[in-house]
Parts: sequence; C-alpha cells; structure tokens
Amino acid sequence: MEFLSGSWPWYVGGPMLSLVMFLMIVAGSRFGVSSSMETICSLGGAGKLTDYFNFNWKDQSWSLVFIIGVMLGGFFSKALLTGEVAIELSEATKASLIAKGFENPGSGYLPEFFTWENLLTFRGFLFMVGGGFLVGFGTRYAGGCTSGHGIAGLSDFQLPSLLAVIGFFIGGLILTHLVIPYVL
Amino acid sequence: MKNVIILVAGVLFGIVLTKAEILSWYRIYEMFRFESFHMYGVIGSAVVIGWLMIYVIRKTGMKGASGQPIVIDPKPRFVVKPLVGGLIFGLGWAMTGACPGPIYTIIGNGYFVFIVVLAAALLGTFTYGMVASKLPQK
Repeated sequence: MEFLSGSWPWYVGGPMLSLVMFLMIVAGSRFGVSSSMETICSLGGAGKLTDYFNFNWKDQSWSLVFIIGVMLGGFFSKALLTGEVAIELSEATKASLIAKGFENPGSGYLPEFFTWENLLTFRGFLFMVGGGFLVGFGTRYAGGCTSGHGIAGLSDFQLPSLLAVIGFFIGGLILTHLVIPYVL
Repeated sequence: MKNVIILVAGVLFGIVLTKAEILSWYRIYEMFRFESFHMYGVIGSAVVIGWLMIYVIRKTGMKGASGQPIVIDPKPRFVVKPLVGGLIFGLGWAMTGACPGPIYTIIGNGYFVFIVVLAAALLGTFTYGMVASKLPQK
C-alpha cells in the first residue's frame, strides 16, 4: 500500500506517463490534454461566434472522457492518501521560499496563496486568473501542452514540439526569474 | 471499448500527476530554478520510454485495441506558433504551477479554487479562437 499512499520518484512517474500515452495510442486516440478545452468551448456553443470552434464536438468527445478520468485520478489519489503531503523539495528551493515568507514550503501540493480568500488580491488574481488565461491561450496557439508536445511530440521526434518545449522554458524562466522576485 | 481504455488512461494519468507531484506548484518553481532533478527525470524518462514504445509499435506493425491500424499523426510544421504559443503557455505554467492535465487533477484532489483557473484557461482558449485568424499562423 506504500505504493499508493506515498509519493513516487521520477523513475516511476516518468515511465507511468509513457504508459498513459501508450494506452491512448492503442485506444486509437492520442495523448494530449489542452485540446479538451477547445472541445468544451465548442460544446458550449462558441462555434456560433467563430469558425475556429465550428466543429462537431462529438468527434472530439474522447478528450472529455479523458479529462473526466484525469479528475477522478486526482480524487482517488486523495482518497488513498494517508497522512500529510510533504514534498521533499531541494534545500535551495525551500530556502528561497522561506526568504519570501512562505511558512512551510512543501507541506501540501500548493502554496497558501491558492485560496478563495486570495482570489481577489493582486497576487491571487494574477497567478490564478492571469496564469490560467495564459495557459489556455498559449497552449491553443502552440497547438499542444506538456503532454501533447512535451511528451507525445518529443517521443516522435517532432521538430515543432521541440520548439514548443523551448518556448515553454523561455516563458517559465522569464516568469520565475524576472517576475516572481517582484510579486511574491 | 475505446472510451473505457481512455477513461482508464485518464484515471491513471491523474494518479501519476499526483503521486509523482507533477501537479505541485512547488515542483514547477523548483524545476524552473534548476534546483532539483525530479521534473527533468520525470519528463526525460517519459520521453525516452515513449520513444521506445513508438519505435516498437511502428516496427512490429502493432494493431490498436479494436484491431485498427495505429496512426500517429505528425505535428504541423509551424515555427512561430509553437515558439510564441509555447512562451505564452510557459508564463502561465510558472504562475499556476499547472499545465492543463494538472489543472483537472488538482480540482479532483479537492483544491476547488482551481475551478477558477480552469475557467480562466477556458476563457483563454475561447479568446484565442476569436483572434486566431488575426495572428500569424506559421
């Protein structure tokens, strides 16, 4: 049960991600998550406003089945969890967060500012609403996210996916090193 | 059958995202500071094993679950879109600590405030759809 209640090292997590991709391919689909958001927009009637969403969402219903599973997977993980979440962050990461006033970095999956109370603070709104918006917009323009480009695309030696991953890192590094020091 | 496998794959994906801590904002912050091997190990080993799987699928001419031939479509040969779109996503990834998969899994883990993040991501997707024809598509 330790396998289900504890956390997994990278050499378990990585191969398990490959297994998820394998199942999606065998099912006759592909490994990707961000396209589900396009399907939801189409399902919601966005096709009446622009041709971009004017497709039959039923052709993409696999992406909705998949994300229901992804959500359930989180639910089961929480149900199987015993004890507190304690992420073994590196000492350097911990020290940098403590210097920013974080009390217990790594206790819980998310820092304290991801709460309803903080939603209307500058920091909370920027990180949750602004960040979420950029995730949705950016993955659509890029044509994929960390799974579709980062794992499925790189596994198939796709050059556009390599460019996308380079883009992910440029964006992430700018935000982490040039923005976070001023807002967190 | 197809949907059953996809649902099982989704549940497994959600468990992996949680158990390997990929959904944690802390892990993403740590990754972008190059202070731990964890995320690089996760993504790197997934890509290497994924490459082997695709190689074997192609080499053996393996069939899918319903006996269908397996087709893996190449990505469209764009340059600006993956780079610029990727950069925009990267900014959001470092803020929320979540790429699209983890957004759903975090909600499943009971952090319901991430419904707001999901709504914002849907708004971003919708906005992209509205302006797509005005952006460089190459």
